[in-house]
Amino acid sequence: MGQGQQYFRNYRQEQSLTQRRVIVSGILVLIMVAILVGRLFFLQVVEFDRYQTKANENRVMLIPEPPPRGLIYDRNGLVLADNRPIHSLTITPERIENFSELREELEAVLDITPEEWDSFNEKRKSYRRPYQSITLKQQLTDQEWAKLSVDLYKWDGVQVEAQLTRYYPFGEAFAHAIGYVGRITEKDLARVDPAIYQGALYIGKSGVEDFYEKELFGIPGLSKLEVNARGRIMSELERQNPTPGNNIQLHLDARLQQYAYDSLGTYKGSVIAIDPETGGILALVSKPGYDPNLFVRGISYKNYAILRNSPRLPLFNRALRGGYPPASTIKPFMALAGLENGFSSWEERFYAQGYYQINPNGRRYRDWKRGGHGWVNLERSIIESVDTYYYQLAQKMGITPIHNFLKKLSFGSPAILDLNGASNGLLPSNEWKKAKYKEPWYPGDSVNIGIGQGFMVATPLQIASATTVIANRGVWHSPRMAKKIGNDDFELLQEEVTTKTITLKNQRNWEKVVTAMEKVISDRKGTARRLQGTPYKIAGKTGTGQVFSLQEDEEYEADKLEARLHDHALFIGFAPSKAPKIVVFAIFENGGSSAKPADLTKKLFDAYLLDDYPEEYDYLKGPNL
Amino acid sequence: MNGSLYSRVMAFTNARLWKLAHIDVLLMVSLLLLISGGLVVLYSASGQRDDMVERQMFRLALGFSACIALAQLPPKYMRRASPVLFLFALSLLAAVLFFGVGAKGAQRWLELPGGFRFQPSELMKIVMPMTVAWYFSDRHLPPKLKHILMVLFIIMLPVLMIAKQPDLGTSLLVAVSGIFVLFLAGLQWRYIIGAFALAPLAGFSLWQVMHSYQKQRVLTFLNPESDPLGSGWNIIQSKTAIGSGGVYGKGWLEGTQAQLDFLPESHTDFIIAVLAEEFGMVGCITLLVAYLLIIARGLYISTMAEDNYARLLAGSLTLTFFVYLFVNIGMVSGILPVVGVPLPLISYGGTSIITIMATFGILMSIQTHKKAR
Repeated sequence: MGQGQQYFRNYRQEQSLTQRRVIVSGILVLIMVAILVGRLFFLQVVEFDRYQTKANENRVMLIPEPPPRGLIYDRNGLVLADNRPIHSLTITPERIENFSELREELEAVLDITPEEWDSFNEKRKSYRRPYQSITLKQQLTDQEWAKLSVDLYKWDGVQVEAQLTRYYPFGEAFAHAIGYVGRITEKDLARVDPAIYQGALYIGKSGVEDFYEKELFGIPGLSKLEVNARGRIMSELERQNPTPGNNIQLHLDARLQQYAYDSLGTYKGSVIAIDPETGGILALVSKPGYDPNLFVRGISYKNYAILRNSPRLPLFNRALRGGYPPASTIKPFMALAGLENGFSSWEERFYAQGYYQINPNGRRYRDWKRGGHGWVNLERSIIESVDTYYYQLAQKMGITPIHNFLKKLSFGSPAILDLNGASNGLLPSNEWKKAKYKEPWYPGDSVNIGIGQGFMVATPLQIASATTVIANRGVWHSPRMAKKIGNDDFELLQEEVTTKTITLKNQRNWEKVVTAMEKVISDRKGTARRLQGTPYKIAGKTGTGQVFSLQEDEEYEADKLEARLHDHALFIGFAPSKAPKIVVFAIFENGGSSAKPADLTKKLFDAYLLDDYPEEYDYLKGPNL
Repeated sequence: MNGSLYSRVMAFTNARLWKLAHIDVLLMVSLLLLISGGLVVLYSASGQRDDMVERQMFRLALGFSACIALAQLPPKYMRRASPVLFLFALSLLAAVLFFGVGAKGAQRWLELPGGFRFQPSELMKIVMPMTVAWYFSDRHLPPKLKHILMVLFIIMLPVLMIAKQPDLGTSLLVAVSGIFVLFLAGLQWRYIIGAFALAPLAGFSLWQVMHSYQKQRVLTFLNPESDPLGSGWNIIQSKTAIGSGGVYGKGWLEGTQAQLDFLPESHTDFIIAVLAEEFGMVGCITLLVAYLLIIARGLYISTMAEDNYARLLAGSLTLTFFVYLFVNIGMVSGILPVVGVPLPLISYGGTSIITIMATFGILMSIQTHKKAR
């Protein structure tokens, strides 16, 4: 059958059929090659820029290098916040094949707590740049480091990194003033440029560290590295060194700070010392403090719980946020308010009984002195701290003139230039009471205000700040921490100081109040006569404040209750009273008698004015003393 | 001068010696050009590994031996051997399904004594067009419907067996090599158009039988950005390599995508991306020209062939060669899905080089065994 068909075959026709098909195929081949060329043209010419960028993004890794943080010095050049090198064990998860194996091997060489593993795993799972290393164990000891270095080559993706970490050499007495740095949280990143903080280990959280974050941080450097697909660094393409943050010199005197802190003894409380000529804060103490070093690399839950739950509230910054009744320390200010508003004069006499009544059948507002003081004038009312005088004065004035005058003296406002979080205290007014209690201001409310009790609440910083105005005879410089900001030589001097002058109708009244405050010490009936005998003249005022309420966070514990009910003891003072160099406010919570803060103030005066420190404070002398 | 150069070249190519050795000089020279360029790219793509380049040269030498050896064999013997070879290759494929060894879930190799591995599907790449060409060699062209159906049956048998390994890429290429013979034999245009009309249906049924990794490849092809670190990684990186090469390329050994290992499979299936990155569009077009020279010569040999068998076989082998390179470049540049097809004669790897050089041996045999007219 096959042979029969062959007979009819037209070979030439079949040949040309296939040849035609080959030519058609050849044309199709050319068309398809044209498609490929078109595709290459699209990728290599049209989209070239896009793919070039993409290829560079692949191979170039930008590693931000955090700048060394600026140091914080005290007024004498003592370093209060330092940078120290530490070695940490870090791991690049992308390069680890078997974590449980690695864990076993590492634990054979090193003690690693389960918490450290947990925190490592947590960070590993949260979002981060690929191939960025994660810290497993911080602050290796020298022995650990040495032990590790022997075996380090064995593990790909495990390395020991040297980093600078913040260190506060003098611990808890300075914590509330200097503040601390801590781990950067999402919340922190919302208020700074996250690009700048890439690779940074910490950010200022409180105190000077917080307020001057921008100055202290500096400008991060950048390494442009060439990496391969597995993140291994092949070469460094470009490098921009970081610019260190600016150093800050504070007005703070480290010896004075520590001395004040120690002098509070076992009491809770606060001490503020201000140089009235500049507003510079010489000491800002809140006791108890805490070790700020705990926070630097992230505080453990356990440690934080201890601090947070302590009934002594170590984390609470009493200097800035403590709300206290100013008590009798308000009297010099109240006297000035009375003079300014024409409700009192230096000459006018007042018979001070043991109590004061708004109306004959009303409530008796008691004087601290049972039998009363007899006939007194304005000066004597300050010297002997005559309560009834101020009851009647405040009642006569009413709240509005009081409010307006005290407002000028930094009551009711944060009263500090360069620390965040200072409280406004409470300077009450008619409007405030209406808004808060839906009640009018009663005369009785004014009576209490007269002796710095009742609704009025002030922070130690406010009372100290107000005292500087009397010390300066009407000139107010906003209290501030920083003295100089700049590089190592402190070339940049920060000059913008907020200054205010309070002019009285009779400017001589400043001097007269100062004289009265001098007599608080020098007069034989003065409430602070125990401070007599100094080579310089002190002006001051005592105060004992009733503890009228408990603070929110505190618990009731019967055995502690009694101590709690003791009065707060306060003292304001400045010296030398003619041309004051230092203003001090001190409060001993539940201190009972104002003798304690008065004695403390005198110690600080001796120390600051006469360099009369106990020897044990020599270690806090700065180098350029 | 020019004339004398041309005549000298012609004299060289037409020398009796080549005829006696059954070597087609133009094809051989184009192949050598392509291969030497390929070795230069491979050196870069392998991360400058001399040993890999040497091993590749050894394989190429083997390939050239196979080529020259096959060129000595007159086409008529090939024709006679075709059905026997087909049955032999088919039984090997069956053996693979039962006794085969493999990797990554696919059974593709037969273990030979002495530690050699052999991939029967590679053999089928040559045997398939031989068989179909043999089938048509003593039948009228254009083919009748019953013969078309018979040929489709012959094609489907090994194709399904290879697809079952599973090796979708090779099975399609084997199918294509058979279908090309059918096309060159004068398959009626109405059938061709009909087949294209039915393609969507075929595509759907193919989807039903595909393995999940094969489906994933198609899905990744359709949208590589959907999984940039997983299955889309390869194609994104190869496109980046090609695109960033620009017109002139980054220079030999200077391609960052290739040298820093961003490009996966850079020395095997994705080697064209290395060329494109380091030598740019200029390099790619040079490569395509070299390929086109080979294809043009192959198609020329086909049209000049003595009988139907030789014509159909030469044409189909040449076109299949083109399909390899088109699928490979199309895949790497992102216009075709990722199927494991190496760039012929340039990608690192053994079996395919030998197979391809063998096809050029057949072409040379067809060209050099013609009776003088």
